[in-house]
Amino acid sequence: MNELPTDPALLLGYPRSDGRKGIRNVVAVAYLVECAHHVAREIVAQFAPRLAETDDDGAAVAEADFDEINVHDAAPDVHLIGFPGCYPNAYAQKMLSRIATHPNVGAVLFVSLGCESMDKHHLVELVRESGRPVEVLTIQETGGTRSTIARGVEWVRRARRTLGAMRPVPMRLDELIVGTVCGGSDSTSGITANPAVGRAFDAMIERGAACVFEETGELVGCEYHMKSRAARPELGDAIVACVEKAARYYTIMGHGSFAVGNADGGLTTQEEKSLGAYAKSGASPIVGIVKPGDIPPTGGLYLLDVVPDGEPRFGFPNISDNAEIGELIACGCHLILFTTGRGSVVGSAVSPVVKICANPATYRNLSGDMDIDAGRILEGRASLDDVGREIFDVTVALGRGARSKSEMLGHQEFILTYKAFEPIGPGCLPIASVSPVRVIA
Amino acid sequence: MTLDPRLLLLSADDNCLIAASTLAAGTVLEIEGEAVALASTIALGHKLARRALAAGDKVLRYGAPIGHVTRAVAKGEHLHTHNLESDYLPTYTFDAGHAYVGRDET
Repeated sequence: MNELPTDPALLLGYPRSDGRKGIRNVVAVAYLVECAHHVAREIVAQFAPRLAETDDDGAAVAEADFDEINVHDAAPDVHLIGFPGCYPNAYAQKMLSRIATHPNVGAVLFVSLGCESMDKHHLVELVRESGRPVEVLTIQETGGTRSTIARGVEWVRRARRTLGAMRPVPMRLDELIVGTVCGGSDSTSGITANPAVGRAFDAMIERGAACVFEETGELVGCEYHMKSRAARPELGDAIVACVEKAARYYTIMGHGSFAVGNADGGLTTQEEKSLGAYAKSGASPIVGIVKPGDIPPTGGLYLLDVVPDGEPRFGFPNISDNAEIGELIACGCHLILFTTGRGSVVGSAVSPVVKICANPATYRNLSGDMDIDAGRILEGRASLDDVGREIFDVTVALGRGARSKSEMLGHQEFILTYKAFEPIGPGCLPIASVSPVRVIA
Repeated sequence: MTLDPRLLLLSADDNCLIAASTLAAGTVLEIEGEAVALASTIALGHKLARRALAAGDKVLRYGAPIGHVTRAVAKGEHLHTHNLESDYLPTYTFDAGHAYVGRDET
């Protein structure tokens, strides 16, 4: 992959007051408890683009609303995020704080019932201090469902006009944070799409980007290899401790991340799945460990530790792929590279998701949902380097405002549940050698 | 030794091979210089033994162990949940014969 672009500022981003830039300029509508979910969803629905209606054979019978392929030419998207719990949880509070001030978010409307435990005043204050338009509507004080929806829609309309007047500025690759996750894995994931993401990660890191891989529960069996890649000895020990924590946690839960569909796809054991997932990390040195909501202070490769600390309290660490995607976004990821063999269709609120399909048969079956056909490697039609290069190019295109397939289809999945974490230990983060571009609030 | 193009070898140390497409039962493959007829259909991405394995042998993929075989496995035989087990965590499948092992049993 030698002929990659040399222009260091080839992306387009919206500058934020903390020094970061966003490749999207989304209005986020956040419900602060499940009791406010419907009202928030109805507000968002007023602005949701519609997919084209189709007849019984799947042929379009009407135009879809997605006529503007480039986000900078379209009205700002409105995305739904939120937390269903009524009881307080420091993790959920931190997650919502980070996502509400994510560089891809331009304005935030919080929707509260009025008696939940989430500290909305703190959230509003954080967003206001960041210079973004922000409002909180409390249903119990706003006259109920209908009037809260009406006021919310009016507020979002104004926020969209404000954001629509902003123009993106040049953004460098070393200002970009990219996350990766795999879902619906089969035996092809680990031999095509995952190592191709690893190649793309290596090329991005070489150009200064921060890249984040995760799923410590799916890295059981790879801990000593990861340790050998750690940039500092104390970080290597922390990586081993972090995977041992994951193995213990999953043993108490009864089984690991291995799902029935994984076995149908030819994977047999947890460690086999782990090695395939691990291939996404490429070959760069590992420079740090982050936990959900920690923002990488420099470029380089980071491991996201998603397994809660302490005794298991709230069940499985991440109940589905979108819980992990949400955590990558809370760490500042601007976009997510999602590899799948069996065929996942999800996207996400806030940060675009790129679908990299490992299995050529799945690609043919689900091509409308897939951005990249990595299964070509199995059919002798492309090399790992070719697909790695394509992933790099698609990442740059999205960073310039092109939409991914899941964005075009209106996917905006978001899930946030209860968890508990201790702060990251000493030695987990590199020291920024120059004045940091990214500010850890 | 040339590798049958219908198979993938991920690391030189591996004792398993990956089917690059679905291979029907009866298909004759060249494995380590020897013609082997498949006893069962091997789906895309599934593993088969590169050489004969004895019960307890580690299976290597990417040059790293992915578990051990629970019985003797012939060269070219399908390697999966019926004869390969994790060294770490039980695998959950719908097969009654290889059911999820709950925490009370471990």
